[in-house]
Amino acid sequence: MVASDPRAGAMALLAERDIVACRQLVRKLAQELKFTLVDQTKMITAASELSRNTIVYGQGGEMRWEIVTEGLRSGLRLVFEDHGPGIADTALALTDGWTSGTGMGIGLSGSRRLVNDFELHTVVGEGTRVTITRWR
Amino acid sequence: MDRIPILKMGRCLLVTIQVDLLDQTALALQDDLSERIAATAAHGVLIDISALEIVDSFVGRILATISGIAAIMGATLVVVGMQPAVAITLVELGLSLDGVRTALDVERGMALLQASERAHGGV
Repeated sequence: MVASDPRAGAMALLAERDIVACRQLVRKLAQELKFTLVDQTKMITAASELSRNTIVYGQGGEMRWEIVTEGLRSGLRLVFEDHGPGIADTALALTDGWTSGTGMGIGLSGSRRLVNDFELHTVVGEGTRVTITRWR
Repeated sequence: MDRIPILKMGRCLLVTIQVDLLDQTALALQDDLSERIAATAAHGVLIDISALEIVDSFVGRILATISGIAAIMGATLVVVGMQPAVAITLVELGLSLDGVRTALDVERGMALLQASERAHGGV
């Protein structure tokens, strides 16, 4: 049973400038949660990759954040959601080197390695939602 | 849009990244550096990223591209000052920065450039 802390919020991801704002917000949250420097860096990097995906490939969307607790541990959960084209082959999309655009193709697969929990939900023609959680 | 200053020191170019990079700023740096290497016939380029709190795949790709461009133009690129947490994260992300030379700090980076210039019979 995961009980959620009331602290939660959202921000729009519409333009490239929002990637920087997203990184700054995630840094602030991770610092408040007293993540180690390495854990902060991993979470911010994952947020940078996923917010760029939302903006560049998902044609814009939003990031919702939530401070979650489970028993004695707390963590940061981020949800990146867009209403873009979706991903046809999720297994392929999670393979290193796969890219639909101009990237190196490690945004999705790489950010999965930087967090504890990773969930990809996508429907072709409707959009993509990536949920990541990193525990303290 | 912000542009990152490029300083000339002898036959080297020195770039210190001190802002949280917008994608466009990083792309502009790629273009500006290529032009400055051509204009100054620089032998070495030093990019100091010690102030960068993260390097994601976008910035990583740009560093690798700049390194490739510099090599074709006869210059050696050295990326210096990467924070340990950034290095750990890069490796887990899956970015190996193939072909990008690195050094712990500006001083060691300069020594590397000088050694490489001597090896190539530079003046």
